[in-house]
Amino acid sequence: MSIPHIPCLRLGQPYRSFNESEVKDYRTGTAKATLSQVNAGIIRRDLMNIGKAREALLKFSTRELIEISAKAGELFLNTDLPLGGDGYLQSPQDYMETLSSTSGLPHVMVRRNMEKINYALTHVELILNGLTRGIDLSVLDDGFGEQSGSPVCFYPTTEALGLVMPSNSPAVNSLWLPSIALKIPIIMKPGREEPWTPYRLIQSFIAAGCPREAFGFYPTDHEGGGDILRLCGRALIFGDKSTTDLYAGNPGVQVHGPGFSKILIGEDEIENWPDFLDVMVSSISDNGGRSCVNASAVIVPKYAHEISEALGRRLGPVMPLPADDPNAILSGFANPKMGHWIDSTLETDLLEKGAVDATKPFRKGSRLVEAQGGTYLRPTIVHCDSMNHILANREFLCPYASVVEVPQAEMLSSIGPTLVVTAITKNEAFKKQLLGASNIERLNIGPISTMKISWDQPHEGNMFEFLYKRRSIGMAA
Amino acid sequence: MSIDAQVQKAAEKLDHHVADIIKWHFSPDTGSPFWLDWAKKQTWSPLDEISNFSDLCEKFPNFQDEWLRDLPNEVWVPKPYAGRPFNIFETGGTTGMPKQRIGWDDFRIDYTAFSETLDDEHFPRNHFWMMVGPTGPRRLRLAIEHLANDRGCSCYFVDLDPRWVKRLLANKQFDQARAYMDHVVEQALTILKHRSVSALFTTPKLLEALAERKDLVKAGIKGVFCGGTTMDKQYARFLVEEVCEGGKIGFVPTYGNTLMGLARHHPIGPENDFSIAYYAPQPRAVLRVINPSTNQNVPYDSWGRVELTTLTKEFFMPRFLERDEALRRKPWAEAPWDGVAEVRPFGAMEKNIVEGVY
Repeated sequence: MSIPHIPCLRLGQPYRSFNESEVKDYRTGTAKATLSQVNAGIIRRDLMNIGKAREALLKFSTRELIEISAKAGELFLNTDLPLGGDGYLQSPQDYMETLSSTSGLPHVMVRRNMEKINYALTHVELILNGLTRGIDLSVLDDGFGEQSGSPVCFYPTTEALGLVMPSNSPAVNSLWLPSIALKIPIIMKPGREEPWTPYRLIQSFIAAGCPREAFGFYPTDHEGGGDILRLCGRALIFGDKSTTDLYAGNPGVQVHGPGFSKILIGEDEIENWPDFLDVMVSSISDNGGRSCVNASAVIVPKYAHEISEALGRRLGPVMPLPADDPNAILSGFANPKMGHWIDSTLETDLLEKGAVDATKPFRKGSRLVEAQGGTYLRPTIVHCDSMNHILANREFLCPYASVVEVPQAEMLSSIGPTLVVTAITKNEAFKKQLLGASNIERLNIGPISTMKISWDQPHEGNMFEFLYKRRSIGMAA
Repeated sequence: MSIDAQVQKAAEKLDHHVADIIKWHFSPDTGSPFWLDWAKKQTWSPLDEISNFSDLCEKFPNFQDEWLRDLPNEVWVPKPYAGRPFNIFETGGTTGMPKQRIGWDDFRIDYTAFSETLDDEHFPRNHFWMMVGPTGPRRLRLAIEHLANDRGCSCYFVDLDPRWVKRLLANKQFDQARAYMDHVVEQALTILKHRSVSALFTTPKLLEALAERKDLVKAGIKGVFCGGTTMDKQYARFLVEEVCEGGKIGFVPTYGNTLMGLARHHPIGPENDFSIAYYAPQPRAVLRVINPSTNQNVPYDSWGRVELTTLTKEFFMPRFLERDEALRRKPWAEAPWDGVAEVRPFGAMEKNIVEGVY
């Protein structure tokens, strides 16, 4: 049986390379599609013509592009869309099943990610309002105007948004979606194992009336990815800490790495900790524990032992379920070596004094399991005796969290840079300290899951401020 | 004449040539000290037992490249060349003591022959060439100048030190490597700005970089002669269709080195999926694609290790295993012997090979 071929898109035009890779079912190794792989020179040459892509978007008003985005959101969620150039059509169900089979995400999580993306696309106006702090859309079209009685003028910082995408979570694509309404074309290197979501999104946009020139989709090698980051002027990359460190201080590259998100419980609320167990469990394990907004530490002034044991009791028995089971919590590893690496790292680090695997007594079996035809890691909760322990502030691609006792007065200085903090407290002084903390990107006050994000408030970089800069302007009457 | 007849004729010519070359290198009157000494240590006699190429493949072991690194150059001098100063040529990107090959006229003979494969439309006579690539102690520098001269042209040169590039890439100093490449490209652009040049010899990466900075067609470039690194089908297609603008600039890929000379290519295009097949300048050099453990040719269109045999009066090098692998291709009317296609570093599929900008 033939399988679809996903071409490169060169400013929207399909291009089939002689070099192809296979996107495989992570359980059986069966190829689900072939993917054109292009050399970096192709990207560099297309970037020489990127002005045409931007011109194509400039023909539309922001309002029109918002409407196109909304339509694309509906198409993405509900419609059959082209997959490659050979007449293949991909239904939403096909998309869900295929992505699940190559990424290891259970259907229920893919579906949730689809809904997230749909929400983002159908709420671009809300997102832009949040990103621009309420600028009238005409300012984006004209480049200048007024806001709150003051003149404002914005110019684009780049002609293209470069994207080096990961393979582990489809919802990260929602980050680049506003770029189209902001009239900035994208140049993307998709994740090797996850071309499905960006390709489907691009097809949704095109079917919704967006000019195809706005989309560069380049499965490529390391050199190609590097050139996207180097030449696009503005680019997003997703990666681990080594990637984050590599681009730290580069204003043209926004790095989305580990979040080290945390739950903090204040002294005033700690006696009520059992009431917050559900929030802790969902923060740690939703989306398979793979997101940067998943909590990877629970910081408490006391009861760390009791809380870790309670979390262990809840999460320890969790087992892999079939991909189509609506109760599935865990994701399989598309690359089993990653699962093995994480497991052995945890085992080694647990040997360091001061940490106890609180899930072990309830797991009844090993953390690393071969099940449902794939490789899985079952949840791990570690009770650490201090923030200095090597496992206290770590993040892994699975449901993982430490539970650490830290006096409230020392919490903010000990947690380090943190993407999302859910602080459970009603203490006004502590709230003030939290509101003033510079190491927290998004702050939830109260028992709100760290997974809950607000589309009208960017929690990790502001795409509008990344793609546009304000300048002072004067105009003769 | 049918292709089979041409293949047969070429094979006979090769066999005669092998017999002549063996006689030359293993006769006390004409042989080099190395091969005469080597023969004394064997239990068999090349003079008596090698009469054709098949004998050579069967009897000779693989040539050891350390011999070219460790032994003094004089041992390779055939007696009739004694007293004539020789050129010393070194191999490309290696660091440490390089392999050296001595020579006198071989590069001129090889490149004069190669000139006949170039067409005047893309490599016009009586004009100017530019080489942007490894010069220094490499045979290529003199060879390209001779090739240009043979066509009535003079040649500008911009140097690139591949050993330095290799070191930068091995040390992950990518910014430095890029800066060095920019430095090389800028020098070439300066020449193109101030001088009229119609033909380029360069490496694929440098060609790409030049074309990104300047419209080469408008700059008057009519032909590009390119070699030095792996060019898979996709890359060759990209260079032909996009960098050379679909034939506006003639693209001539080559495969060669200090030890062989220059292999010509079979024309490429959509009809053969841009798969570049090279044909050695037989009978002066022979390329086989073999399974090294059996010493047998692999089937046509299969991957194998590239093995080079050089057969000139100046230099005899039997069965040298190149560091490359390739697909074995069928003979072709203009080169009725086996070709090697889609050449890439041996083991390229299993590991990353440092090739970089050259």
